[in-house]
Amino acid sequence: MTRAVALAVVLGALAAGVATAAPPNAADLEAELVCPVCETTLDQSTAPVAERMKTFIRVRIAAGDSGQDIKDALVAEFGTEVLAEPPGGGFGLLAWLLPLGALGAGLVVVAVLVRRWSRRGSGDADDEQLDPELERLVDDELARFDG
Amino acid sequence: MASRARLVAQGVAIGLVALLFILLAWSLLNDEGGDLAAAAARGDRPAAPDFTLERLDENGELQLSSLQGKAVLLNVWASWCIPCKEEAPFLEEIWRENRDRGLVVVGLNAKDFRADARKFAERFDLTFPLVYDGPGETLDGFGVTGFPETFVLDREGRVVEAFAGAVDGDDTRERLAAAIERALET
Repeated sequence: MTRAVALAVVLGALAAGVATAAPPNAADLEAELVCPVCETTLDQSTAPVAERMKTFIRVRIAAGDSGQDIKDALVAEFGTEVLAEPPGGGFGLLAWLLPLGALGAGLVVVAVLVRRWSRRGSGDADDEQLDPELERLVDDELARFDG
Repeated sequence: MASRARLVAQGVAIGLVALLFILLAWSLLNDEGGDLAAAAARGDRPAAPDFTLERLDENGELQLSSLQGKAVLLNVWASWCIPCKEEAPFLEEIWRENRDRGLVVVGLNAKDFRADARKFAERFDLTFPLVYDGPGETLDGFGVTGFPETFVLDREGRVVEAFAGAVDGDDTRERLAAAIERALET
């Protein structure tokens, strides 16, 4: 039993090691990086600088760099605008927080409106009494319509 | 209570709309780049936006305003740009011919790899000052929409004329030479 557990731990560690050592995928990186000239992701761009960046990515992958190393190198050349997803810290954090904040504010507004409308709807049912004269007119019109 | 809440909500909504208008007005007022070439074409000589950028040809930085007192030919280029390759020898020629007359040619490399830019400079034997702006943050201020673009600045840092595209064509060479003369006269 102890041997089996030890074997499982060793195999797990090896699998984790293989996973972390797996080279980054060029296609994935090209979808996560933006061409600084046409401002689309690299996989959508054929601009000369985008082609040059794709070559750079492949060369760096072949040299054994991680995906993060490659992104860092490109940010050092072209700035953070080269990242398709804004960085998660500093000013870039706003790009993540603002949509969430807007969504939260929208939900609050919708909740308040729904509550108000539902109250008004129930209030109308209780308060609204049809004028007897109007009711008679409606009945007459309906009878004429049926006849 | 409900009417007060409604008033507050209306106030917030109006405030947000006003803020958006202010932001729009601010961005329009500060977006002078496109006007720079047009103003220069009218003969207005608008002030060129200042910048401080790292140098590619040596260590340190170059501040554009530090060149006041000299005329400047600012050329925006990238190593992947084909017309930039065609005009590079001509720019070097202008630099060598006019440097003693008070003209500084500055190559502003943007949206490019530093290593590629240095190889380009080596290949074309460029000896004029080169600065690097990888993200291209200075380009909007000049209204640059493509590569290459060239700006001739007078000795007070004002734009005499702007050129979109390569400047080594027969027609453009004459216009450029005239603009350099006007810049040096100031």
